[in-house]
Amino acid sequence: MGQNEKQIDMKQFYIFVQKEFYHVFRDRKSLLMLFGLPIAQIMLFGFALTNEIKDSKIVVVDYANDPISREIIQKLAASDQFQLQSSLMSHRAIESAFKKGTVNLALVFPGNFSTDLLAHNYAQIQIIADASDPNKANALTSYVNAIVADYQQQRINEARLPFQIIPEIRMLYNPELKGATNFVPGVMALVLVLICVLMTSISIVREKEMGTMEILLVSPFNPFLVIISKAIPYFVLSLVNLTVILILAVFLMEMPFEGSLLLFYVESSILIIAALSLGLLISNSTDSQQTAMLLSLMGMMIPTMLLTGFMFPIENMPLPLQLISNLIPSKWYYIIVKSIMIKGLGFSAIWKETLILVGMTAIFLFVSFKKFKIRLA
Amino acid sequence: MRTLQFLLRKEFRQIFRNKSLLPMIFAMPLVQLIVMPLAADFEIKNINISIVDHDRSSYSQQLINKITASGYFVLSDFGDSFDDAFQQIESEKSDLILEIPSGFERNLVRENREKLFIAVNAINGTKANLGGAYLNQIIQQYHAEVSLDWINPIKYTSSPQIEVTSSNWFNPFMNYRFFMVPGILAFLVTMVGAYMTALNIVKEKEIGTIEQINVTPIKKYQFILGKLIPFWIIGVIIFTIGLVFVARIIYGIVPIGSIVLLYGYLGIYLIALLGVGLLISTVSDTQQQAMSIAFFVMMVFLLMSGLFTPIDSMPKWARIFAYSNPLTYFIEVMRMVVLKGSGLKDLYTHFLIMIGFAAFFNAWAIWNYRKTT
Repeated sequence: MGQNEKQIDMKQFYIFVQKEFYHVFRDRKSLLMLFGLPIAQIMLFGFALTNEIKDSKIVVVDYANDPISREIIQKLAASDQFQLQSSLMSHRAIESAFKKGTVNLALVFPGNFSTDLLAHNYAQIQIIADASDPNKANALTSYVNAIVADYQQQRINEARLPFQIIPEIRMLYNPELKGATNFVPGVMALVLVLICVLMTSISIVREKEMGTMEILLVSPFNPFLVIISKAIPYFVLSLVNLTVILILAVFLMEMPFEGSLLLFYVESSILIIAALSLGLLISNSTDSQQTAMLLSLMGMMIPTMLLTGFMFPIENMPLPLQLISNLIPSKWYYIIVKSIMIKGLGFSAIWKETLILVGMTAIFLFVSFKKFKIRLA
Repeated sequence: MRTLQFLLRKEFRQIFRNKSLLPMIFAMPLVQLIVMPLAADFEIKNINISIVDHDRSSYSQQLINKITASGYFVLSDFGDSFDDAFQQIESEKSDLILEIPSGFERNLVRENREKLFIAVNAINGTKANLGGAYLNQIIQQYHAEVSLDWINPIKYTSSPQIEVTSSNWFNPFMNYRFFMVPGILAFLVTMVGAYMTALNIVKEKEIGTIEQINVTPIKKYQFILGKLIPFWIIGVIIFTIGLVFVARIIYGIVPIGSIVLLYGYLGIYLIALLGVGLLISTVSDTQQQAMSIAFFVMMVFLLMSGLFTPIDSMPKWARIFAYSNPLTYFIEVMRMVVLKGSGLKDLYTHFLIMIGFAAFFNAWAIWNYRKTT
């Protein structure tokens, strides 16, 4: 008898999971987005976005207009960090160009530039940067500085220094300094959290909002299994998405995959379960889809994006934020994935992070099941 | 007019009655605006360095002192085994290794040349590049200093010198937050505005109340206006709170340019944005759908807006993409007016383009909206 009941239970469970899969697959538009988003993100991060400063517009105000100033200008024009705009002839024009946003940096040669240089061995160049973007201003100033220093070096070639120190720099893990290496693990974390938290919470709250949750809960079926069967399709979808990202990263961006694939999927599953239970937790605390969505979006997505460490370096943040970042599961996942994928490390190197992730997952699961209400108010 | 008035009253009641949604509309963006600029800091500082010194000479000691005194580097580990240092890199405790070979001082003195080995954790390419460059700079400086012990210093001043002086306009203290706060505010207004509109109409569809409205003599434009006006007002309120409380009081950012200009642009931008939200709601049937589509659109808007990464550095196709994104223009205008005080004559193309966006999205949305299902 007991055996039989268990069998019926399993069969019911199976049917419920099937129902949830139907829900997901019938909603073609959402499905398209679920798969389109990670692909679009990988493409954008891989081919469009970069922190580097390139092709910035600089302008030269050349009061000197002599061979030396022209030589320096030519050197600047040859660099691919800048786009040299047509020369302005007055100081005042700089301000209006900055205000229009057409120019990022201006370089001013004084009228007696080469006479000073030849007669007194000393001349000045002025850089005026639009520092409303401090990063860009900094980078451009140092590029110009480097080019001028280079030119100077050329001129004093004869004054050789007596000995040389040659630094040999090796770039570990990512010799071509590709941006992909840094963000692919981040996008993985982001996508997993997005799908699991957002989609689970919404699909549960939806049943509440539509009133069908009431029907499921009064049925003889175990209410916990109702919830678990809701989570399963998103679990599967996340794994599929993860695989898509992995394939794109390895074959399209030529990212390395050094470590164990099995370990990677196991660790990913832990994060997915953590995210699913968070979604469940959110769905417990609200009955409107809009609230659930805003909660998961504002409360989960943005912290994940900011505090995982793939967009902004965590060590630069103020201490309270650094502490909060420890509470974000995806931060640990990000470290784990980097270690497995890029550094090729084994479990012994990441057991601490794994333990933290498992601990978080256990807490989330416990709390969300504890808070799960069988009775709707 | 009276019909519209009733519709507006209904919408506002619905919004203000939802006690769980209301704090989220207003409080969440503000919390984000306070926190995000603190996190969004690209400046590279506190690079952790492991030094492996096989030489332990006075020269190597001088070099190490120079590195730790520079302010860019934090000495995380000092020893004489490269493997130990490499483990520090593997566990992310350190970002780069400087290995000083044994006989560093001797070789410098005798053979006039010596190598130094630097290994950088390059997973984050930008950081690796900068860290390597800083270290190189310090080594060159050190090199120049020890050279002075050897050659006649007079030789230096007799070579021609070009001094580059630089001045930073509009943000002399190079405060990165001044740059980020206006942009993030623009994004948050965008996010709340687009989501709220997209979800609101779909909710009526999903629950079925839209049928009740469809069978009344309410005109299409009245219905749409009734939906758009409340969110337009909410957008303006969020923007004002962000500008006054967060930007001004917490971050001390006072717009240099004209406030009227800023609000004028916000007004047009919100119309365009709500048009996008409306469009999303017309193509979706359930809130879940609307949300996934809105999320997708917002993600692309955000990444392609130049908020975090410079547009100039993008390849050409992506730049075209970025400049067909309304958020790009709004962020640009925010930064230009708030930080540089740009005026209407600097921004009139921005205005024209945004009016174009507003007309385009709304026309498309209204054309797409059907009273029958």
